[in-house]
Amino acid sequence: MRRAPLPEGSLDQADRAILTALQDGFPLSSRPFAEAGKDLGLGEQDLIDRIVRLREIGAITRFGPFFDAAAMGGELCLCAMEVPKERFDDVLALVNAHPEVAHNYERSHRLNMWFVLAAEAIGDIERTATAIERETGLTVLRFPKLEEYYIGFRVPL
Amino acid sequence: MSVDATDRRLIAATQAGLPLTQAPYAEVAGWLGLGEEEVIARLKALQERGIVRRIALAPNHYALGMTANGMSVWDVPDERIGTLGPKVGALDFVSHCYQRPRALPDWPYNLFAMVHGTSREEVEEKRKRIAALLGPDCRAHDILYSTRILKKTGLRLKDRKG
Repeated sequence: MRRAPLPEGSLDQADRAILTALQDGFPLSSRPFAEAGKDLGLGEQDLIDRIVRLREIGAITRFGPFFDAAAMGGELCLCAMEVPKERFDDVLALVNAHPEVAHNYERSHRLNMWFVLAAEAIGDIERTATAIERETGLTVLRFPKLEEYYIGFRVPL
Repeated sequence: MSVDATDRRLIAATQAGLPLTQAPYAEVAGWLGLGEEEVIARLKALQERGIVRRIALAPNHYALGMTANGMSVWDVPDERIGTLGPKVGALDFVSHCYQRPRALPDWPYNLFAMVHGTSREEVEEKRKRIAALLGPDCRAHDILYSTRILKKTGLRLKDRKG
């Protein structure tokens, strides 16, 4: 995924309007691009071509349905580990090898590895966390969500 | 709450994204041997049940200039978190806000808020705004900056048969 800002002038007004409008939602209809384009003053194919380009230049990371694993009966859990510097790469390989590890970030803290475990069945999270502890010999702190106050964020454009 | 086998196939087929064609749901329907109306109806039903949060485009924060983000963490009294959490979550620069368990003695924080900005300085400014909002209810806080993405994948649903 692109982490650097796009060069100046990469986006025109219409691109910004697309990014703003389609963050909120996209129609569920037979010709959704035609429908969404109407509100944006863009033709169907023009809107499609622009989204293709936005994806190519890395301005968007995903386009489609966003699923809630928990609502599907699965589980998510944020986990953290204190990984000794000299073992970081080895531990990373062990952790990332688990398909349940959805995201993993290095963070500036004594607890320097933060990852999200996502599983479809209750119990898979605990099994995976325990397996990681066994494989690495390190403690996996579990921070499951107890309450969600807000999710969703609109990038200002 | 669970999904049936056809829903599972639909989720597996679309979790990487929708095709960028004039009739994307018809195309997905073709992959699965379903009718377009059925795909649309099933996605609508999944949305009503909250399994699909939304169908949308996800902008790349970094590409669009929001290059700094910090996971701010706060220790607030448990009996106050129900009031304070929604206030922090309502701030326009907070993307996710959760109550999570403490891991004492290492980790006293129970409120997590992801803060985004165009620079580290801006994120620090926003962190101060959260501290001011929490006032004396904030007993300790910290912020963790991500220094490297080590893995990032979407939801991966196994494509089970049947």
